[in-house]
Amino acid sequence: MIAVIVPRIAQMLFVMFGISVVVFLIFFATPGADPSARIAGRNATPETLEAVRKDFGLDRPLPVQYALLMKRLFVTADLTSFANRGQRVIPQIMDAAPITLALVLGAAVLWVVGALVLGVVAAASRDTILDKGLMALALIGVSMPVFWFGEVMNLLSQSRLHDTILFSWVPSLGYKPLSDGFAPWFKTLIIPWFTLAVLYIGIYARVLRANLVETYHEDFIRTARAKGLGPLRIMLRHALRPSLIPFVTMFGLDFGALVGGAALLTEVVFGLNGIGRLTYVALQSLDLPVILATVMYASFFVVAANALVDIAYVGLDPRVRSGG
Amino acid sequence: MNATSEARAPLLEVTGLAVSFATESALISAVTDVSFKVGDGEIVSIVGESGSGKTAALLGILRLTDRRNTKIEGSVTFRGRRLLDLPEREMRRIRGREIGFISQNPMTALTPVHTIGWQIEEQIRVHLNLAHAVARRRATELLDEVGLPNPAKALDLYPHQLSGGMRQRAVIAMALSCNPSLLVADEPTTALDVTVQAQVLELLRRLRLNFGLSIILVTHDLGVVDEMADRVLVMYAGRVVERAPADLIFEDPWHPYTWGLLASIPPLHGERPARLAAIPGTPPVPTDLPKGCHFAPRCRFRFAPCAETPPRQEDGEHAALCFIDPSGRPRLRAQVLNPSSGQAA
Repeated sequence: MIAVIVPRIAQMLFVMFGISVVVFLIFFATPGADPSARIAGRNATPETLEAVRKDFGLDRPLPVQYALLMKRLFVTADLTSFANRGQRVIPQIMDAAPITLALVLGAAVLWVVGALVLGVVAAASRDTILDKGLMALALIGVSMPVFWFGEVMNLLSQSRLHDTILFSWVPSLGYKPLSDGFAPWFKTLIIPWFTLAVLYIGIYARVLRANLVETYHEDFIRTARAKGLGPLRIMLRHALRPSLIPFVTMFGLDFGALVGGAALLTEVVFGLNGIGRLTYVALQSLDLPVILATVMYASFFVVAANALVDIAYVGLDPRVRSGG
Repeated sequence: MNATSEARAPLLEVTGLAVSFATESALISAVTDVSFKVGDGEIVSIVGESGSGKTAALLGILRLTDRRNTKIEGSVTFRGRRLLDLPEREMRRIRGREIGFISQNPMTALTPVHTIGWQIEEQIRVHLNLAHAVARRRATELLDEVGLPNPAKALDLYPHQLSGGMRQRAVIAMALSCNPSLLVADEPTTALDVTVQAQVLELLRRLRLNFGLSIILVTHDLGVVDEMADRVLVMYAGRVVERAPADLIFEDPWHPYTWGLLASIPPLHGERPARLAAIPGTPPVPTDLPKGCHFAPRCRFRFAPCAETPPRQEDGEHAALCFIDPSGRPRLRAQVLNPSSGQAA
């Protein structure tokens, strides 16, 4: 186990380093563009430009610029924005990250559980009406855009049906930190969780069903039947685990991307000031230091999530264990 | 079992078994009118080329085909119980407990994510309600019995950590775990090296001797039949074209298809021919079976009557579906089996 995990983490750190270099080069060494002008934002005065040059050490060699940037990102955490004069970048991310994490983690629990149940039930009843119904439902989930579905949920829960017993518990839009108590935090997030999860429940249930149906053609399933095992046992102990690999792979990618800002639409619709929204606002004002920091943060999350997925493979499939 | 009338009944009696698969366009008949008996401690071999319906017949007996698109007809009586009429729940109690199954490819027959020990224990505990420790001890004994070196350690190995031969031994150990009275083996040695094949066959023979096991052995290898079987069924295109006690299949085969099979293996004794004969052509596809005798298009002795369904010729336990007259049989057979002397004569 350790023999797999340690090299994988080392590899992850190496990839993160590579990403930081590439991101740095894109921002600071794109030929034919003056980084100071872009960092300073629109209509910057010559004084601001000068301050930026000094601040980022742009008159010094590239490796020094890189080291300086990394130090300000990760050590002193005092990277400042010029578009929004004087605002510290890192605290903004630190404020936004827990909101996004809460949103995505909750939704992930919902979609993993939901997709497992749906996929297993559909595969167990494959080619029946139940299977076809569930898969049609899943397809509807996949097809509903999150901004539309979110707005519909808002319309119902905040306005049209807010006074009915169904939605009277729904608090107004926005995030309430966990430090204010569990119940309000939980209540503000239920509908965003559900909205974000619907799409993924649909995709994951369909993928899981397809993989389960394929696994059912394997010889070892016939062996399991010849052993006299019941259908439930065959499904849960013999078919499910070998079918979960693509599921876990997708989960790593999607989870990483969502935490890194891809939950933007959900965040905007429900007024949650998470990473996605932060990046979006920064892009509108071309606030380069913030964009740089969020890009770095997002890519790190994707890489870390994938490392975790690889480690999860080891638990799922013993063949990976000795092969690694 | 208590009834005296059943005392002499065979362990397994298959009568008129037919297995057909529904596809989108048609009902394909994979097995037609297969009948045979398996007595206590007997090894019955089913021989034929790929696609002759051997495996489908086995799966039909165990009802392991996909229930939604398969039709199994006829009757299968195992220890006085009619298997095809049992509810699925009852059938599950027979599978794995009273009838063990060994599949063709040991490389894919075991669930990759569980250890060998776990998989054997699972079967024991599902059927026999034993404590974990007892089941584990039994699994160790079984692995020892089938000749896995260091069985206590092998329990904790995953299938991919074992060689093909060792995996097949583990599969056999699992099939034996609940002391079945019948073992159904679908080409158990086909996927194995020749030396390992011999070991596995030796193991099966020993198990029959030690435990009084009856075995249905499906194979396409007449060498295996010669070594193992008491009685033989030769299948072609879903039908049993010849059945006989094993020695008669080699000494006095009746059906031209059996002759072809015999001519295509190197003789175990005596001089080897420079070239082995192959049966020309390929087996028919089940969707497009020839009219009359299914083997006729590939048979060098076909004549006009072969367009009709061939009659059953019978002599005691020996039977074949063929038009060739018994009196002319030896001369024709010699042309296939002893081509040099046949031409001389």
